[in-house]
Amino acid sequence: MARKQLRIINKIWINAFFWLLMLLIIYPLFWMIQNSLKTSTELFINSFTFPEVAQFHNYTDAWNMGFSSFFLNSVLVTVVSVAFTVLFAALCAYALARLELRFRKVILYLIIGGLLLSPQSALISLYRIFDALNIYNTYLAMIVPYIAFRIPFSVFLMYGYFKEFPSDLEDAARIDGCSTSKIFFRIVMPISRPIIAATAIVSAIFTWNEFLFALVFIESEELVTIPVGLSRFRDALQTNWTGMMAGIVIASLPMIIAFLLMSKAFIRGLTAGSVKG
Amino acid sequence: MRRKLYLNYLYVVPALGFVLIFVYFPILMNFFNSLFSMSSYSDSKTFVGLDNYVRIFNDPIFYTAIKNNFLYAAFSLLFQVGLGLFLAILLEGRYVGKRIGTFFRNVLFIPSIISIPAVALLWYFIYNPQIGLLNGILDTVGMGAFKTAWLSNPKTAIYSVIAMSQWQYTGYIMILLVVAIQKIPRELYESAEIDGANEFQKAVHITIPSIRSMLVVTTIITVIGSFKLFSEIYIMTGGGPYNTTQVLGTYMYRSAFLFDEMGFGSAVAVIIFVITFLISIFQLKTFSRD
Repeated sequence: MARKQLRIINKIWINAFFWLLMLLIIYPLFWMIQNSLKTSTELFINSFTFPEVAQFHNYTDAWNMGFSSFFLNSVLVTVVSVAFTVLFAALCAYALARLELRFRKVILYLIIGGLLLSPQSALISLYRIFDALNIYNTYLAMIVPYIAFRIPFSVFLMYGYFKEFPSDLEDAARIDGCSTSKIFFRIVMPISRPIIAATAIVSAIFTWNEFLFALVFIESEELVTIPVGLSRFRDALQTNWTGMMAGIVIASLPMIIAFLLMSKAFIRGLTAGSVKG
Repeated sequence: MRRKLYLNYLYVVPALGFVLIFVYFPILMNFFNSLFSMSSYSDSKTFVGLDNYVRIFNDPIFYTAIKNNFLYAAFSLLFQVGLGLFLAILLEGRYVGKRIGTFFRNVLFIPSIISIPAVALLWYFIYNPQIGLLNGILDTVGMGAFKTAWLSNPKTAIYSVIAMSQWQYTGYIMILLVVAIQKIPRELYESAEIDGANEFQKAVHITIPSIRSMLVVTTIITVIGSFKLFSEIYIMTGGGPYNTTQVLGTYMYRSAFLFDEMGFGSAVAVIIFVITFLISIFQLKTFSRD
């Protein structure tokens, strides 16, 4: 009986503890949404109340004052970077795992070794290189380093997968006279959808959220992505805090929605790699 | 056959090329540049030997920065790995229902997929002395005496930024540990239960030893993350007040892009490189052991 009571007590405090944590996570987000729908006066009088009338125009204002272009830039940079990262990494991982290569080990170590190198320690040199190549302040100044810095991790993820891939299908295709490239694009890629999705999601989160390279390599307002746009927005808006709250919501929602729709794939990708930001 | 082998290399070339040219080369160049004095507006470089390093090691702000990185690492270990582990064990234990557990898990995870600048800006508002959520709550619960301008008070600024990161990333580390716990064979627990082990004993004698390697990995990514710190500080305090919240990342950025001392900045980058590299080697070793 005592044991049963103890179990109930444990169940109560543990669940209460988690609900408290839920409050700690959700309330700030709720507070942000609440204030993003107020007038500035309402916010300054009391930031805890509901808006008298929901000011949806804060969102359209933020959108028109720059977020539309930040958003499109982020989509463009993310889509292009992720597509090339996945393609290059898949080709490379496949060759390393399945094809005959001399110096296979050396190439593998060189690429995976890239995981040890932090983007910060390349920042200043990349800035000078892009300046010399005349791609400073262009989309390429973001896309190129995003691809380069995502490849080691993506190869690492895919290499493990291709290594364990059964070779029967490939062998059968080869006997039928398929070329290696045909095998890769027609057979290997379609079967590898789960790992491709996981790699793409992890790369997309990184690219969508990346701040440092975008801050340093881009100057023009028209090319800026959401994270940097958000920080410039603050400096430009000064006291239009409700508009800024709306901006933060616009910046955060796509990833949250994507996560809620595909939480399994998100978690698979992020836990397979265990690499933060 | 020879021709075919040559074609195989084409698969590797794009990836290898990108990594060599845009990852390895800049970092090597960085070592070289750290020995010069130079600016972004002129092509002239003056060789200064190890002068930049001597200046860094004589600069009190450098020590503030590195101290803050370590402080960040310590708190992150305590909360993200320590609390994260505690939460993961509770979530996978018998006291939390399966469906509600998934809900808890997903909510705790959400802050980590929002970009750092967005979270940092949100917390910039939360800490605001006039309209901020934190001071408002302190007022409501009758602790108004503790109210302060969290980000411009030198005593609280760095801790305020640290607290935000714990809010953002504890759920992420927790999920990594949850996934590791889910891979532990059920039989281990069943036989312990037959021996009469309670929840605490099971956690200490089965769960924690079984996920040891994931604990090492999460420890290392947390520490590396603490040394890559940049956006949080840049957005919330810009390194201020009075440089009390500088970290290595902002210290480098400031030298290279605000003061236009590219050589000095490169030397700071070399120091960041050495620290993160050593920790990463540790990480790869743990990875390859499994």
